[in-house]
Amino acid sequence: MKHEIFEKNTILLAIAILITVAIGGLVQIVPLYFIDSTIEKVDGVRPYSPLELAGRNIYVREGCYLCHSQQIRPFRDEVERYGHYSLAAESMYDHPFQWGSKRTGPDLARVGGKYSNAWHVAHLIRPQDVVPESVMPMYGFLANKELTFNDAGAHLATLRAAGDPYTDEQIAAAAADFSAQASGEGDVDAVLARYPKAVVGDFDGDPSKITELDALISYLQMLGTLVDFTTFKPEGEMAR
Amino acid sequence: MANVEKDPVSGTQTTGHEWDGIKELDTPLPKWWLMTFYVCIIWSIGYWVVYPSWPTLNDYAKGVFETTNRLEHAKEMEAVKQSRMVWTTKFEGKEISDVAADSELLNYAMAGGRVIFADNCQPCHGASGSGAKNFPVLADDDWIWGGTLDAIQQTILYGIRSGHDEERVSDMPAYVTDETITPEEADKIADYVMSFTGQGTATEEGETLFADYCAMCHAEDGSGLKDMGGPRLNDGIWLYGGGKEAVLSQINKPKHGVMPAWVGRLSETEIKQVAIYVHSLGGGQ
Amino acid sequence: MNQATTATGASEVVYNEDVVRKFVLAATFWGVIGFIAGTFIAFQLAFPALNLGLEWTTFGRLRPVHTSAVIFAFGGSVLFATSFYVVQRTCRAPLFGGPLLANFIFWGYQLFIVLAASGYVLGITQGKEYAEPEWYSDLVITVVWVAYLIAFAGTLMTRRISHIYVANWFYLAFIITIAMLHIGNNITLPVILFGGESFAKSYIWASGVQDAMTQWWYGHNAVGFFLTAGFLGLMYYFVPKQAERPVYSYRLSIIHFWALVFLYIWAGPHHLHYTSLPDWTQTLGMTFSIMLWMPSWGGMINGLMTLSGAWEKLRTDPILRFLIASVAFYGMSTFEGPAMSIKAVNGLSHYTDWTVGHVHSGALGWVAFVSFGALYYLVPKLWNRTRLYSLRLVTYHFWIATIGIVLYITAMWISGIMQGLMWRAYDDLGFLQYSFIESVEAMHPYYVIRACGGVLFVLGALIMLWNFIKTIQGDLRTEDEFVAPQSAAAE
Repeated sequence: MKHEIFEKNTILLAIAILITVAIGGLVQIVPLYFIDSTIEKVDGVRPYSPLELAGRNIYVREGCYLCHSQQIRPFRDEVERYGHYSLAAESMYDHPFQWGSKRTGPDLARVGGKYSNAWHVAHLIRPQDVVPESVMPMYGFLANKELTFNDAGAHLATLRAAGDPYTDEQIAAAAADFSAQASGEGDVDAVLARYPKAVVGDFDGDPSKITELDALISYLQMLGTLVDFTTFKPEGEMAR
Repeated sequence: MANVEKDPVSGTQTTGHEWDGIKELDTPLPKWWLMTFYVCIIWSIGYWVVYPSWPTLNDYAKGVFETTNRLEHAKEMEAVKQSRMVWTTKFEGKEISDVAADSELLNYAMAGGRVIFADNCQPCHGASGSGAKNFPVLADDDWIWGGTLDAIQQTILYGIRSGHDEERVSDMPAYVTDETITPEEADKIADYVMSFTGQGTATEEGETLFADYCAMCHAEDGSGLKDMGGPRLNDGIWLYGGGKEAVLSQINKPKHGVMPAWVGRLSETEIKQVAIYVHSLGGGQ
Repeated sequence: MNQATTATGASEVVYNEDVVRKFVLAATFWGVIGFIAGTFIAFQLAFPALNLGLEWTTFGRLRPVHTSAVIFAFGGSVLFATSFYVVQRTCRAPLFGGPLLANFIFWGYQLFIVLAASGYVLGITQGKEYAEPEWYSDLVITVVWVAYLIAFAGTLMTRRISHIYVANWFYLAFIITIAMLHIGNNITLPVILFGGESFAKSYIWASGVQDAMTQWWYGHNAVGFFLTAGFLGLMYYFVPKQAERPVYSYRLSIIHFWALVFLYIWAGPHHLHYTSLPDWTQTLGMTFSIMLWMPSWGGMINGLMTLSGAWEKLRTDPILRFLIASVAFYGMSTFEGPAMSIKAVNGLSHYTDWTVGHVHSGALGWVAFVSFGALYYLVPKLWNRTRLYSLRLVTYHFWIATIGIVLYITAMWISGIMQGLMWRAYDDLGFLQYSFIESVEAMHPYYVIRACGGVLFVLGALIMLWNFIKTIQGDLRTEDEFVAPQSAAAE
């Protein structure tokens, strides 16, 4: 056995290790960018509106993914409890992905539209008021934090650099779209044209200001709502 | 090698190297270990042959079983659908009242409705429809939009202020904000409303104001009008809190609860089941 | 400052033990902090009022504090301490780069820990498990890591012994691979580069399914290389030293080393079974996890069998007991892991507490125990004491912590399997039997038991801390020697 050559040469050992450990990742990750069927070709998925994005950033900030998954597996019990199984396309604009790895609380992949805004407000402020058995922390502080998101355009531009198809128009109108969606005032039609199916209006029951609670609920209310599954069939490339 | 020696305990030779006093034995690989390793590798190769596995740059081996998670799932769901057919065919096209009248179907619907309710409705309406502040109790006789099977089914299907075309909607005007009435008049109305349940002083002025501005939805005697979605006010059951303060608050700054439409999210059979379950919670009419 | 020296043929080598002492102290400190944080958040899951209604103390913000404190602050400090100690002695060479580089690494690493942890509490996170630090902390650790590689590899290259010892292969693989993983998983775009206002916010370049795969390529191999390869390096030095026996099999060490580092990398997709990750990737993740079983056990065999001929020492040496128990836990976890990677099993275990229990049988039983063994070995040597203040206290630590682990993992097995079964339970008519919230309610007693297990583990660590303080102060508790039962009978 000539393993000695590695035992006597640090550089050779280091290079051999690097090559050995590099292979697995290259084979598993690189093709995901090139194989066409990786992301299903379905209609409806779009980048996040500025308000939803702000809400998503709060979701990430608070570590919601540590207790809630956003990934419904193709199992009978999961589709009956949560709805259609998740597609890769549905998280294609998620930087980072938030599929989660633990369900201390229920899956949220299709929580959008499932409950009223008022319920989300009550639940986030004090979960045990509406779900007595819940072990979720209280997030009432979100209602007190006013959100401006003046640099929404910069956030969209960053995401465009990461590959999301935001247009110049969307970036230019980001701050305006943010407040229009959160208040229902301003050019709401333009928001809906740029971000179809976005949920518009005051979310937290306090129209006097835009809060983090507004943004988070706007995000929760669109989760899993973009793809129309009445026409989806797991055939051919969709089945992968 | 020069320093190779025999370990007196195991009788095995060392490799002849030493690091800070540590030596190594030249024990061969354990046979069982190597065999198990080979078995794992062979099993893996077999798995790669039958299931989707190795990628190229733009495609991957599909596997001779030609199956995937999603195809397996589709098969399972088809089998579930078939096994349920014996029940679902009885539900389809049948009026909900006929379903409830058939004791066998009723039992089936109740069994299905229980967990559908617990996973979907309970977060707002509480366990067994016990309700919560701002979210209606479903276990009592007080129905805003009607407590018959048909009415309950209609509410679940299309929701309340849900944005669905068939939604149920009512709108309590903000009379004070739009200066239809003065705050003093609102106060008198609140007193009058409280008098329905014996807690306030009814004034003639209050009665008149109520008749002018409120009775078209809540009825003259405060017993509510379900067709209008006008809640009953004379039974001591309050959605947005009891007491004069809460009533006054609702007159000044009306809250409008929202219930999502469940059509599309739940199947029509599931909606029938959960409607029957809700109807059974104690308040069904 | 006392420097250990050793006579070689030609000259004397002065080892840098100062940096080792610093990292030993840091490891002890962060260990206690990390275990307390873990126990606290365990109680939060049982009693949500403990979230205190403050934004800085919610489970979501404190969980990364716990994981980073135990993995990176405690585990990392142990790896720095032991790798620096081991590489100098097994190369018979002083640490490359001198005290300056060593101190840069120590203080740079502590800075990284504080930057990362303070960020979590304030809500600064990338939202990727075990890779939560934002871009500025990532840059700090990248620089520190390069310095670490230079110090470690430099020492190897200036060694005065012909061959590189197996422990150092593992340490080197750990350092190189963690560098690769860290960079690959943290390619992120700070918004300030695009005119954004917030300094700390960035967006991960990858998205969705590709980001998921990259994340678990990283996440699984943080386990594989940080918590496994690095600690195997530790094992390969401290077990033979403490047992005073030669390593069982050189040939096994070669095969299991290369097999382990090659195969481990592929196992990531088993964290994404049945998700929208394509099936082909899941297949590779599962099969490589199965193939990884024996290479993992190669390390266990080499650890346990090194004791052949010295088993009786387990009766009298509580430090060796920590080391050997850790290898046994390692064997158990690396059997459980491949089992959970099988898709049919994973369908049940994923998203449940079973995974949490599995992680902790590895983290508490293997990583923490092998670390305790090494720390108990190191402290008297580093501070020039004849022995520890008290070996009896080491025994108490061992048993209290072991009971803690048993409570923890059995509670999580039961709650995890119960959750998985409740979620998929159907009644006779084919309806879901339980609502989700019923499964939450059913977890409560197990969450209480788990938290109590955590309390015991913290208690053990505090005993260790006390033992170290007394040892460093130079106290020696008067204790009878441990006597093996058969020799006691012979007297």
